[in-house]
Amino acid sequence: MAKHEVTFPIADPAEIMKLRAGDEVTVQGHIIGIRDRTQIRIFDQGVEPPMNLRGAFLLHTAPNVRKVSEDAEGRGTYEKICIGTTTSARMVRFTEPLGEQYGVRAICGKGGFPDEAIEPMRRLGMVYFAIVGGAAALETTQIEEIEEVMWEELMPECLWKFRVKDFGPLTVGIDAHGNSLYHDVQESAQEKLKELFARL
Amino acid sequence: MSTLTGTDLQHAVEDAAAHLYVWALKDIPQDLRDALAAATARETSVTGQRVLQTINRNVNIADEEKNLVCQDTGIAVYTCRVGEHFPLHPTRIYEALRDGTARATVEHPLRSNAVHTLTRENTGPNIGHRLPIVHWEFIPDWDGLDVKCVPKGSGSENMSFLKMCIPADGVKGIKQFVLESIVGAGGKPCPPGIVGVGIGGTADYAMYLAKEAITRPVGTRNPDPLVAQLEDELYGLLNETGIGPMGLGGDVTVLQCHIEHADTHMTLNPVAVNYQCWAARRASVHVDAQGNLDYDREF
Repeated sequence: MAKHEVTFPIADPAEIMKLRAGDEVTVQGHIIGIRDRTQIRIFDQGVEPPMNLRGAFLLHTAPNVRKVSEDAEGRGTYEKICIGTTTSARMVRFTEPLGEQYGVRAICGKGGFPDEAIEPMRRLGMVYFAIVGGAAALETTQIEEIEEVMWEELMPECLWKFRVKDFGPLTVGIDAHGNSLYHDVQESAQEKLKELFARL
Repeated sequence: MSTLTGTDLQHAVEDAAAHLYVWALKDIPQDLRDALAAATARETSVTGQRVLQTINRNVNIADEEKNLVCQDTGIAVYTCRVGEHFPLHPTRIYEALRDGTARATVEHPLRSNAVHTLTRENTGPNIGHRLPIVHWEFIPDWDGLDVKCVPKGSGSENMSFLKMCIPADGVKGIKQFVLESIVGAGGKPCPPGIVGVGIGGTADYAMYLAKEAITRPVGTRNPDPLVAQLEDELYGLLNETGIGPMGLGGDVTVLQCHIEHADTHMTLNPVAVNYQCWAARRASVHVDAQGNLDYDREF
């Protein structure tokens, strides 16, 4: 299992192809926070996201923040309190359109995506990064600044732009070659269950 | 001797609730830290080690930075043991818990998660219709109050399961349902955590008992030896499934399995599973009849 450092938004998509399920990854650069309501607005209500998502790394989050100021148009500036990651499985249906329509390359969350994400991620050259759910105190120290917040009315499910340093360790849960750790673990656990049931 | 008014006592309980909520979110109990350390010592997979070491690092950073362990401030759940002679009525205890929850949310500030179930609009600072949730127990011949705060994260709460097994399914049916529930949950509830199981009673009461089970100190055993034996057995079996830390595969799938039971109808065999994530936050206080608070007390 190799270790990688990757900067987002990704300049060379070929870098995604180097990542294999199980590899450890540390991320630099900028990542974009997104959640259920943010994606419902984009895809179910047809509202164009006011941020460029090409080559982006999306994080399934809804942070604890403090509003520090407001500009003349009423747009707020926020500082972090505690930023962590939510369960991804609820948002799996947005994977394909995020890659196809907006060029997103990486989605990061906890708990994994079900198998329906494997084929679109392979076809569109995307990866799923597994973060350690609940490890928000650590994650907060790796987010240097909240640079931009759009759709504040969806607070805390806005579109967030974070600048990060040494974000991780992440594990490649699903790679762009059709491999999923979640699929493999579930398959062997189901086999194991048969053996355990026989023993009961 | 000074006279304590009901209002003073209500304020004391409110202060306690506000403190417990934030304390629980920032400082996880020692028994949980020990369970996480033991899990790290026996995990052999590379990804499992990566996850557990990150968890331990996170707990230490939360201590150093005085930050929340996890960003999900949860749904505030309290368990109250109210003495028969405690001089504040439960209606006022409930008000105090609600006001304390709201105050902590506004003052810290904490993320507010409470929404109307149909409109999904926020209903207030982690309070709303029937929020927070309180479990009550009434204790005869006593004048004290014990309050435990368990902020319950949604990632694990979403992994709750109920099955009305039939009597002919027996204990085997209970074991199978717990095993398939936890395997099916995979990495979603932030394993390795505490599997709470409620058996017996009615459908609703089985789930209530499953929630009680996850609020116990990690690794405690049910006083009924038959139930305790089932806890041991399920704990062992669950850790053979290979789901592993965060569902990425490994030896440690659960930190513990706790079971609470009630007697049931001869035709019923209910089994409920309620999952508590690895960040199994809880904090307790004892309030005496004079309103003195003792935060060290666990129950």
